[in-house]
Amino acid sequence: MRKSAADRFRHLFNRSLIFVRNQQNQQHHRLSPIPLSSSPFSSMASDSPFPVTAQNINPQVLKCQYAVRGEIVTLAQNLQKDLQANPGAHSFDEIIYCNIGNPQSLGQQPITFFREVLALCDYPALLDKSETQGLFSADSIERAWQIVDQIPGRATGAYSHSQGIQGLRDTIAAGIGERDGFPCNADDIFLTDGASPAVHMMMQLLTRSEKDGILCPIPQYPLYSASITLHGGHLVPYYLDEATGWGLEISELKKQLEDAKSKGINVRALVVINPGNPTGQVLAEENQRAIVEFCKKEGLVLLADEVYQENVYVPEKKFHSFKKVSRSMGYGDNDLCLVSFQSVSKGYHGECGKRGGYMEVTGFSPDVREQIYKVASVNLCSNITGQILASLIMSPPKVGDESYESFMAEKNAILSSLTKRAKSLEEALNKLEGVTCNKAEGAMYLFPRIRLPEKAIKAAEAEKTAPDAFYCKRLLNATGIVVVPGSGFGQVPGTWHFRCTILPQEDRIPAIVTRLTEFHEKFMNEFRD
Amino acid sequence: MPPKPLDYESINENVKKAQYAVRGELYLRATELQKEGKKIIFTNVGNPHALGQKPLTFPRQVVALCQAPFLLDDPNVGLLFPADAIARAKQYLSITSGGLGAYSDSRGIPGVRKEVAEFIQRRDGYPSDPELIYLTDGASKAVMQTLNTIIKGEGDGIMVPVPQYPLYSATIALLGGTLVPYYLEETANWGLDTNELRKSITEGRRKGLNVKAMVIINPGNPTGQCLSAENLREVLQFCYDENLVLLGDEVYQTNIYQDERPFISSKKVLMDIGPPLSKEVQLVSFHSVSKGFLGECGQRGGYFEMTNIPPETVDEIYKVASISLSPNVPAQIFMGLMVNPPKPGDISYDQFFRESKGILESLRRRARIMTDGFNSCRNVVCNFTEGAMYSFPQVRLPPKALEAAKQAGKVADVFYCLKLLEATGISTVPGSGFGQKDGVFHLRTTILPAEEEMPAIMDSFKKFNDEFMEQYEDHRGYSRL
Repeated sequence: MRKSAADRFRHLFNRSLIFVRNQQNQQHHRLSPIPLSSSPFSSMASDSPFPVTAQNINPQVLKCQYAVRGEIVTLAQNLQKDLQANPGAHSFDEIIYCNIGNPQSLGQQPITFFREVLALCDYPALLDKSETQGLFSADSIERAWQIVDQIPGRATGAYSHSQGIQGLRDTIAAGIGERDGFPCNADDIFLTDGASPAVHMMMQLLTRSEKDGILCPIPQYPLYSASITLHGGHLVPYYLDEATGWGLEISELKKQLEDAKSKGINVRALVVINPGNPTGQVLAEENQRAIVEFCKKEGLVLLADEVYQENVYVPEKKFHSFKKVSRSMGYGDNDLCLVSFQSVSKGYHGECGKRGGYMEVTGFSPDVREQIYKVASVNLCSNITGQILASLIMSPPKVGDESYESFMAEKNAILSSLTKRAKSLEEALNKLEGVTCNKAEGAMYLFPRIRLPEKAIKAAEAEKTAPDAFYCKRLLNATGIVVVPGSGFGQVPGTWHFRCTILPQEDRIPAIVTRLTEFHEKFMNEFRD
Repeated sequence: MPPKPLDYESINENVKKAQYAVRGELYLRATELQKEGKKIIFTNVGNPHALGQKPLTFPRQVVALCQAPFLLDDPNVGLLFPADAIARAKQYLSITSGGLGAYSDSRGIPGVRKEVAEFIQRRDGYPSDPELIYLTDGASKAVMQTLNTIIKGEGDGIMVPVPQYPLYSATIALLGGTLVPYYLEETANWGLDTNELRKSITEGRRKGLNVKAMVIINPGNPTGQCLSAENLREVLQFCYDENLVLLGDEVYQTNIYQDERPFISSKKVLMDIGPPLSKEVQLVSFHSVSKGFLGECGQRGGYFEMTNIPPETVDEIYKVASISLSPNVPAQIFMGLMVNPPKPGDISYDQFFRESKGILESLRRRARIMTDGFNSCRNVVCNFTEGAMYSFPQVRLPPKALEAAKQAGKVADVFYCLKLLEATGISTVPGSGFGQKDGVFHLRTTILPAEEEMPAIMDSFKKFNDEFMEQYEDHRGYSRL
């Protein structure tokens, strides 16, 4: 009895699910969230015969999107399986994943000193053995001792303090102080499993209902849009200006803020990604000052995503943390609410798999700090390896240390190579017909704009795909290169982009450029108006 | 001047509502006292290494080698590491997509998920699909992800045992759902009675809730009881009848201290029942590297296995997992090593076996020492710790003590535990942090302090307790609440 009713119901729901999915895809391009009340699911939920089906799960889960590991990646993985099963069936013999900022998956080597320290902390018994000195540098052994001694009971496998091990936070605070020239309080640091959980925590704290809005850059790294959706809030977009190197205009911020307010949205925070992702621009200090003023004046929390702070490729720009900028303007804890995010995944270290990061939270009251601590404590603590690594990247080898020379050689090699690759890929993209690409001043990505001919757009529509996704799928099938359609990041309506990382090793770049160029020519030949 | 967005009154109400006593008031007071120089014995959280338990050697060797692969090229590596650790490290490195420093698949390294599936198959005797196993940064994240998928709002009810591990209550509060309690019966060894389940769900529905899921913690936390196969069958039947998804927290599955009720997984019982239940009851099972004999809490390694969850829902769960990119890779290796440890004949087997056996046998002895110790104290009764890592004695507080607590503005068991802390340095968690029947008080402590220190700790507790009872007891006796 129960089963047949369920079958009928399931059939009905599957049909409505497809309809809503299409709606969501379209909505997503405009990046305006679907108000909860218009969701077809909310009325039907209690009638479902199963406790957990796609029809009655949290609608915020259904709504959120994360293109970086979305559809195109699933297609790529299927292609990869096909390549293994039927070698020679395609005109390429491997998939090149340029969809995700995952340096070590594309051959980048980890920094030796960091791995030495981590290995010693993983297996501290090594510190007591004389043979260890033959295999590890003296300063890595010393640093490992220092770290292990900062851990209560030297227990590297124990849950730590929920904000992270005190001694490691002290090290990070000192590193921040040295970087900025302004002091940092270790109690303001919350170590997390990567920067992403820290972002989620802040979104959770700030979002009470769908009337709470967060200003986000368009284009943006879709962690922000996904997190806001998951927490039931409202994304208020502000557009970066492609014509001026993805410039951030205060007038645009003002306009979007007023617009949101007039719609009854409480705008609570401003997200700034500097250096930008996917756009790669590095903000000028003057620009940063204006942003700080804006947040202070409008009472907004400034959420500063600074995970690419070590990835700056142009001599005319420098990274300045928002903490430094605000302090240099004379603004302290009473003037501005600032949360700064850092990660071990990027920079020159690229340790994505370790899931290490932190947020520095300044300018809020003790009772709110208690709440943040409480939320952190429910997960007990972040992983210890990630904590140790975060402290290492904020206090790397110094002049005079045994590992300093080799460390600097490794670091400089990686950063200069990234600079080269950013340039050569950008040049290659700019040569393609109908393609313009802003320079990658920083971060790890290029975000070219492609002007798709009308024929291509119609062909995409016929396949019920967004035009940029259509292009990216064709690119994947022809060359094995995986990039992410611009619609995954947001773009001015009617413009199309894709995001490509600069991470394949230098010796692979020429082949990638050749394949991409050939594909693009063929594509344009097929669809040219 | 309007309130700023991060002023206390402006933040998310759900955040304010959530409570997590394990690192709450008692713990914070204990850390304060520690800073003042008092010796504190932290028994507030299941954190074995913090109380002297040593990590197992083999997993640490393998992960250290994976961390620093240049070691594998060094001709002298054999002086520091056994050959099987070296081989295992090479094997793990070959299945990552760039070593420990690259994001893995958002569901975890396929090869490790396969090891987990094989472990489950060996344990239960039924096939397990690696595609339905997701590795996570600890079981806590897996629980949070699952509840986030289920809970739409306060109209959704989740059945949770009382007493419970407050991850559940805190997460439900954070997600804006509603907790539907079902009481475990202390006088029946914290037994789970289906009448109580029915009572609980009826009450939940009467309040207008859509009750969607039921949590069981087996072995229990804080209560330690091990569910029998019969009990599990009843629970699964109940979930089938009432259309609930069963969330099976099984992180303590290798912490079993009696032989009458060995661990049996919810999945195995479900499969044993056969169709239609085995094909329809939705089940999510959780495990972790933090407990057992590994005790690697700081690594943050866990997994969840989905049974009878429709593919579209699995897709959504995958999508949300992908937003966090990937679980941390070192912990995934620990997970692989936990489910696929050295075998007889391997170079490291004897040492591994010796180390793990030593830990488990000691835990078994400590479970006994602690239970007996509590039971020898005035006004304290304590069920035996059948499994997990905790002791949850009931403390019968005399009326004068309740009065004193009220005067001090504290919940009665918080009052008792604070006094215990100040007198002895033993940092516990009051039972109110886990839930208990009205007027019945408990505290949770772990059985993790070193064996040689246990007698002294129990003496210290007894001295404090008996003095406390002396101070507050009315010699005319008192009525039981």
